[in-house]
Amino acid sequence: MKFLPLIWSNLRRKRVRTIFTLLSILVAFLLFGYLVAVRNAFEIGVQIAGVDRLVTTDKVSIVVALPLSYTDRIAQVPGVTDVAYATWFGGIYQDPKNFFAQMAVNPERYLRLYPEFRIPADQKKAWFADRTGAICGRYLANRFHWKIGDRIPIQATVWPKKDGSSSWEFTLDGIYDGAEKTTDTTQFLFHWKYLDESRSRRAGTVNWYIIRIASPAEAPQVADRIDAVFANSDNETKTSTEKAFMQGFAKQVGDIGAIITAILGVVFFVILLVAGNTMMQSVRERITELAVLKTLGYPNGLILALVLAESLVLAALGGALGLGLAWLLISRGDPTNGMLPIFVMPWWSGPTGALFIVLLGLATGTLPALQAMRLRVVQALRRG
Amino acid sequence: MTQTTAWPHSGSTQFSGTGETLVRVQDAHKVYTRGSERIDVLQGVNLDVPRGDFLALMGPSGSGKTTLLNILAGLDRPTQGAVDVGGDRIDSMSEGQLARWRSRHVGFVFQLYNLLPTLTAERNVELPLLLTPLSSGDRKRHVATALAVVGLADRGKHYPRQLSGGQEQRVAIARAIVGDPTLLLCDEPTGDLDRKSEEEILDLLQALNSDHGKTIIMVTHNPHAAARARRIVYLNKGLLQQEPIQ
Repeated sequence: MKFLPLIWSNLRRKRVRTIFTLLSILVAFLLFGYLVAVRNAFEIGVQIAGVDRLVTTDKVSIVVALPLSYTDRIAQVPGVTDVAYATWFGGIYQDPKNFFAQMAVNPERYLRLYPEFRIPADQKKAWFADRTGAICGRYLANRFHWKIGDRIPIQATVWPKKDGSSSWEFTLDGIYDGAEKTTDTTQFLFHWKYLDESRSRRAGTVNWYIIRIASPAEAPQVADRIDAVFANSDNETKTSTEKAFMQGFAKQVGDIGAIITAILGVVFFVILLVAGNTMMQSVRERITELAVLKTLGYPNGLILALVLAESLVLAALGGALGLGLAWLLISRGDPTNGMLPIFVMPWWSGPTGALFIVLLGLATGTLPALQAMRLRVVQALRRG
Repeated sequence: MTQTTAWPHSGSTQFSGTGETLVRVQDAHKVYTRGSERIDVLQGVNLDVPRGDFLALMGPSGSGKTTLLNILAGLDRPTQGAVDVGGDRIDSMSEGQLARWRSRHVGFVFQLYNLLPTLTAERNVELPLLLTPLSSGDRKRHVATALAVVGLADRGKHYPRQLSGGQEQRVAIARAIVGDPTLLLCDEPTGDLDRKSEEEILDLLQALNSDHGKTIIMVTHNPHAAARARRIVYLNKGLLQQEPIQ
């Protein structure tokens, strides 16, 4: 601690340069924090997918509808304990940019399959009894300031009504909370029956089935059994674990993880050069001062530690500010208005960020610190 | 300008007795090689400096004065010969041992002061004490005393750029004496100063020698500065002589 004023004074030597270096480190860690949250948002579906849930879609594509009659046939497959289904609605609420997931489901079974959606019993009961009723997650309700009893009009883009109108209206009967911080609370769920009775086409079909199985260890076998039931039919199926289903969904956008890792790799490499150059320059500029410290009796190890500490303080300041700023921005919520429903800083970004700070500090400080340590006093004083 | 101030005990090792030889250089040689060229900077220097002496080391440029001073400070080693300071054979010490030894026994004053520009006078003077186990309060007391000794008690919060050359050199002297070293080595301490500041610094060095008993070895080109010392020796082509160089 007693050397802190010495370290700090060296950082203040060229304030403009230090500030620019700090800013570049700050930007790198801001990007790190933010992009980690983006990556997390894309991967969270995979992470939170139920280990005991399977998803069955049409073998060709999820947009190809499956007959509702598959429900009972799937339920009879050995190893299956429960079945729910869903159809993607894809409507517009007020403005196309207000994107959120709207799904027509069979309410009771769907909530049984997703116990992580926590909804008060009275609201659940009201929804089950209300044909045009809907429930939504807390995040969505807060986003649009909805309260229970509100009438919510949604313009259909996929499902026009039989009377030719595209306007669908729902009554908000309930608001669910997530059991975990990572539970998706951006969904809007309503009765599949309401959709099916009123839509102009493809009656009696669903987009996908959600299936609970007795034993997660038997998931591959059960999936094969389900697909075997519908082999050589008009609608062959593809059953996978919910995790694999989510992975496939995320991959449609691209390998987000690899893209973000590549971006961060380049950013940190550039920062390594910038901060490393600053430290090298900083040491070169005070060769005489370092020689004076050695003359006073500062041992080589201490000189090494002082220069390393300087680069670590620089990295720690810039890194902490960057991560803090990222946290502030992320806590303001999903920047895409619904494309990234769970936009949070994962817990591990703090320790990982701290590790990167230490690595950056060591990587940028080691070379100049060694240079300072190996300095020959007599030559350095002659040069000065 | 100098003040007589009671010196606090910093705990550094003191050499017992008075009048004994503090520095003994025996047959010191220093050879540099530049490519295939061999340069004999010191060619068998023998020197005894008693405790409490104020010795001026004179000689033309390239005579080896600074090399000898660096060897006495433990910043350089002789190619051959023995250097004993207060009973320590510093010519055979490792680099780490020399660093520790310097921090305890040597105060060094440079021609160009060499203060750290980003630190206040107080912080500059405190630098050697950071290597000691002294508490923050004790360090502050020692720094205040050293600044008072050099007559700059009221300039502690000033940065080097806010001080005159003479004041900077006095801060540098305060830094050199704050740890109560055995030996004060000065390399052209007035070489960069005007006449008035030069007088002040020489007064100060004389006071440190006579009032505080500091043993001082000062390299200088300046006969006027050398005249303030108790003794003058001359270095010529790597050899010491008692008489001025003709």
